[in-house]
Amino acid sequence: MSSAAVVIIAILTLAAALAAATLQKLMHAALSFALAFVGVAALFFLLGAEFVGLVLIFVYIGAVAVLIVFTILLTRRDVERDRGVNWSGALLAIAVFGGLTWAILKTQTVAIVAPPVRAISVKRIGDALMTSYVWPLQCVGLLLTAALIGALVLVMEEKR
Amino acid sequence: MINQSIDGFLHPNVSKSVDQVFVNAKQWLLFWLAGAPGWVVQVASSLINIFALLAVFLTLFAVMSVLERKILGRIQNRYGPNRVGPFGLLQPVADGIKMLIKEDIVPARADKLVHFLAPILIAAAAILALGIIPYGRNMTPFTIDGGILFFFAVGSTTELAVFMAGWGSNNKFSMLGAMRAIAQMISYELPLIITVIPVVMVVGSLMPDRIVAAQAGYTFGFVPRWFVFTPWGATAFILFFVSGLVESNRTPFDVPEGESEIVAGHMTEYSGFKYATFFMAEYIGMFAITGLASTLFLGGWHSPVTALEFVPSYVWFFLKLSALLLVYIWLRGTLPRTRVDQIMNFAWKFILPMSFTCVIAAAVWHYAGRGLRGWLWSLVVIAIVYTALSMLLDTQRKFAPRVYRFAE
Repeated sequence: MSSAAVVIIAILTLAAALAAATLQKLMHAALSFALAFVGVAALFFLLGAEFVGLVLIFVYIGAVAVLIVFTILLTRRDVERDRGVNWSGALLAIAVFGGLTWAILKTQTVAIVAPPVRAISVKRIGDALMTSYVWPLQCVGLLLTAALIGALVLVMEEKR
Repeated sequence: MINQSIDGFLHPNVSKSVDQVFVNAKQWLLFWLAGAPGWVVQVASSLINIFALLAVFLTLFAVMSVLERKILGRIQNRYGPNRVGPFGLLQPVADGIKMLIKEDIVPARADKLVHFLAPILIAAAAILALGIIPYGRNMTPFTIDGGILFFFAVGSTTELAVFMAGWGSNNKFSMLGAMRAIAQMISYELPLIITVIPVVMVVGSLMPDRIVAAQAGYTFGFVPRWFVFTPWGATAFILFFVSGLVESNRTPFDVPEGESEIVAGHMTEYSGFKYATFFMAEYIGMFAITGLASTLFLGGWHSPVTALEFVPSYVWFFLKLSALLLVYIWLRGTLPRTRVDQIMNFAWKFILPMSFTCVIAAAVWHYAGRGLRGWLWSLVVIAIVYTALSMLLDTQRKFAPRVYRFAE
């Protein structure tokens, strides 16, 4: 049953991702992008990594998708104009696909049964973040605060 | 089991069986599927939970809608609905039929698909959020390790749905309403989450059941160990309640649908059943946020007095929920609508620093021994920050003629 679910979710995710890349209206593309993330989060749920799945929904749908949608709304509208085929993009896509396929084919460990891991609970993630990874966490926090203040400074009203 | 005599009511076994009557009923229903494969039982169990949840909360929605109009009528010195049924109690039925048979109008230039999907997405997000709340002893429909995170992750998709409604309608009022709604939802989601952090810190778990379990028992034998009785808990509860009020777009924070300015905000172009869906989602979101508030701060399904512990747990939960909903209605009947800039200033200049203070005060409480000493020290922390903030934000001497930037 689980493998059937994986196949269904994967098809939905791929369809949403394809729609995000090909749809004419930018807004539809952005919404399909959000849908693709729901699919990825569902895959994480199936794998038992609830925390990662929830954070993915939280960050990518609650924040990033809303941001993208706002950006589309606030910038110039030149939608529905056919720009022809983007050859450099196609080349890049083929290169990435080829590289990934090569790496997957080269990898031998896929068939080997993974060693049993302890179930990753939210508590364990929290412990790890607050003990072994506390410095990276603090640095990221500092960076985000700086970005927040920078954004505020950019939009601040100039007093004359 | 319920039909036992009244004088045996105080007997622990009887009160226990009344307490667990819904859990036992579900077990009894699942008993019929004993021979079926595991996944059938699992699906049936989920379906029973979903059905019970929808039945309870849709009924509560109907009751709430008529009670709200009655209470508002009383506050404004008029009768309120009193024509349909006894005391107007059948009003929701009439409203429902009216909404169902109304014409569904879609604007010609609207984005049909997005316009159609928005109300569904909003309702789905609101209903999903209900799933993680413990309604009574052993009565959490959906137990998950990061339940609190699930609540907020699902809630955050509402913003996208509101945006879809505003953008899909292809109407300036809708778009403006959606922009306002998203601005205030994002601003208040931050304090909403940060006020939860002290509770999660003190309990050490993101599971709603554990949070409720941590609030069991009594200090000095009579004060319940609910978090609202600690200084940081009381502050966090008030901040959470106000932020929840904003998140559910209700008066005095109903700027997104200010009917005197922008018709009905993102719901302008919706009619008939789609409008009813929006309306329902708003109320269900309100139930979810008040339910979470009573779970986090008001002890969930625990009873306030030892002597009343024989009353079933779900009765206590719904009493607390109704009390909070009554305050919502009361505020709606009392306060006028705020301005957009007032809401934003309030969020970023007052509520956000105060919620960070709650985190610090909870840490102080924890490290000072969780006793009377910790209680007093955390009170001191909160009092200092509150006084400093109110001195900094003092508007008393800053009144000046209002300057309009975009209007003469």
